[in-house]
Amino acid sequence: MTTTTQRRRRPIQESLGDKIFLGVIYVVLTIVLVIVLYPLIYIVSSSLSSPLAVSSGRVWLWPVDFSLRGYQVALSNPQIVTGYLNSLFYTFFGTLISVTLTVMIAYPLSRKSFYGRNVLMFFIVFTMLFSGGLIPTYMVVRDLGMINTRWALLIPQAIFVWQVIIARTFFQSSIPDELEEASAIDGCSDLRFLWSVVLPLSKPILAVLVLMYAVSQWNAYFDALLYLKSVELHPLQLVLRSILILNTTASSNMDAAVMIERQQMAELLKYSLIVIASLPVLIIYPFVQRYFVKGMLIGSIKG
Amino acid sequence: MKTASVGQATSANIQRRNSQWAIAMKSIRRHWQLYLLVIPPVLYFLIFKYIPMTNAVIAFKDYNVVLGIWGSPWVGFKHFKLFFENPVFWTLVRNTFLLSVSTIAVSFPIPILLALALNEVGHQGFKRLVQLVTYAPYFISTVVMVSMILLLFAPRLGIINQFINMFGFRSINFLGVPSFFRPIYVFSDVWQTAGYSAVIYLAAFSGIDPTLYEAAKVDGASRLQRIRYIDLPGILPTAVIILILSVGNVMAVGFEKVFLLQNPLNLSTSEVISTYVYKMGLLNANFSFATAVGLFNSVVNLVLLVSVNFVAKRLANASLW
Repeated sequence: MTTTTQRRRRPIQESLGDKIFLGVIYVVLTIVLVIVLYPLIYIVSSSLSSPLAVSSGRVWLWPVDFSLRGYQVALSNPQIVTGYLNSLFYTFFGTLISVTLTVMIAYPLSRKSFYGRNVLMFFIVFTMLFSGGLIPTYMVVRDLGMINTRWALLIPQAIFVWQVIIARTFFQSSIPDELEEASAIDGCSDLRFLWSVVLPLSKPILAVLVLMYAVSQWNAYFDALLYLKSVELHPLQLVLRSILILNTTASSNMDAAVMIERQQMAELLKYSLIVIASLPVLIIYPFVQRYFVKGMLIGSIKG
Repeated sequence: MKTASVGQATSANIQRRNSQWAIAMKSIRRHWQLYLLVIPPVLYFLIFKYIPMTNAVIAFKDYNVVLGIWGSPWVGFKHFKLFFENPVFWTLVRNTFLLSVSTIAVSFPIPILLALALNEVGHQGFKRLVQLVTYAPYFISTVVMVSMILLLFAPRLGIINQFINMFGFRSINFLGVPSFFRPIYVFSDVWQTAGYSAVIYLAAFSGIDPTLYEAAKVDGASRLQRIRYIDLPGILPTAVIILILSVGNVMAVGFEKVFLLQNPLNLSTSEVISTYVYKMGLLNANFSFATAVGLFNSVVNLVLLVSVNFVAKRLANASLW
């Protein structure tokens, strides 16, 4: 009955002004879409074009003289392959360490029965507001003997305070203290409770933590620049920096034809490398976007 | 009489302290596993966050590797004085400040506008597409982002200069002209983060009571009026918090991107405090001086954050703590 009357009732007509306004919004958003999308398409198209087409600037939107030469050259470069493998290593173990440590601090902080949790929270949040700075941190890492070891990328930036806040907020709101008390009466220890009740119930937040730590680890270059001297330890981003930004391509004495081909290749290689480096993240991104959004929302409940 | 009451007060204090102690001990005994659990993370914060804070005393010393942090001689404010009297001081402060302020001026309102626009869109597929696409650049690494800028703005082959040539103008070496550094930095930042930042505001919209919109429609409010009187007030608290955070970080402009965008030609606008600290400290091995510069920056930031938060608390009743 109610549905029929509702259906029969006419929706309030939109005024002409509103229609124009909405039209303008659609146009503006379409322009935004093009501005964001165009550079991405251009880079991908260039990476799929021939070296000559790229170096003579013939690529505008779609690939010209389709070829996979750029990818072939990139993937046969030992430095890039090592960097790629290193980055996978750092991302995997770094994320593992970071997520573990974050849960270890965030869960106790979420329990009302944990005495001194406000003091501890302040102890952690304070590091967001004030820091000793670059050099004093470098000195600690140096004194621990971590310079030029893989540990330097896994440990010194292991915990992000922001992620602790997000995880703590999640545990607080989704794991009631009563549940824990009830299990305690049944003889369940805190660790057991964390492992077999809390973690299985916290898959969304674990996904958020894993993704955020993994992306930042994959994309990071600065700590590697600071702490790692040996090239064989360098993550992909640092290799990219030397090829893409510092332009260090080996150019010894060769005949002119080879030189020109080399130069064309170097230009194409840049586009292919950008795609190769961003691909892992951009491929999984559409599938995990909702977790990121969720993570941001949890964090914004109480910042 | 007075002394007696004081005595009572202190004994009450002692009692309270004792009972606090008892609560703490009881909690530790019952939940010893939780306390065990926090030890590694707490050690992490002590070692990698708090020891550096104490290491920062080398800003007041002439640090010498052989003598160590505590053995090096005290020199008071020598390094700070050196920095303040250095002609580069004002350039650094100015560059850092202007870069941050122009970033905030553009990166703060645009996500709000984007979210407002997305919120008006009725077509769910289009809305989702715009969100998906604008969100994506956030995941591009700084190195790749800067590489893209260098490629797109390249003097000869860059697509931007090709467009410029098409309209009959001469190519511009964007990265080599100091006055282009800030716009490039700011707009690439917006390109990369606007979609990401808009998500927070979109969430704030979903918290607005839908009956408000219904009532406004019945009363004949136009779309623009609904934005003005429902949407904007609805997201104001969120916006204020985000503004506080960004103003509080005015002097902490991101090192990573600035450093990669730098070249000898644009250094007059692109050298900021954090890149200067890196160069002085790690490339010139002048630890004490670099630490002094960094400490100056941290203190300025802390003061800014606290005072902006104070002002916001007074004016908009929004606060971080």
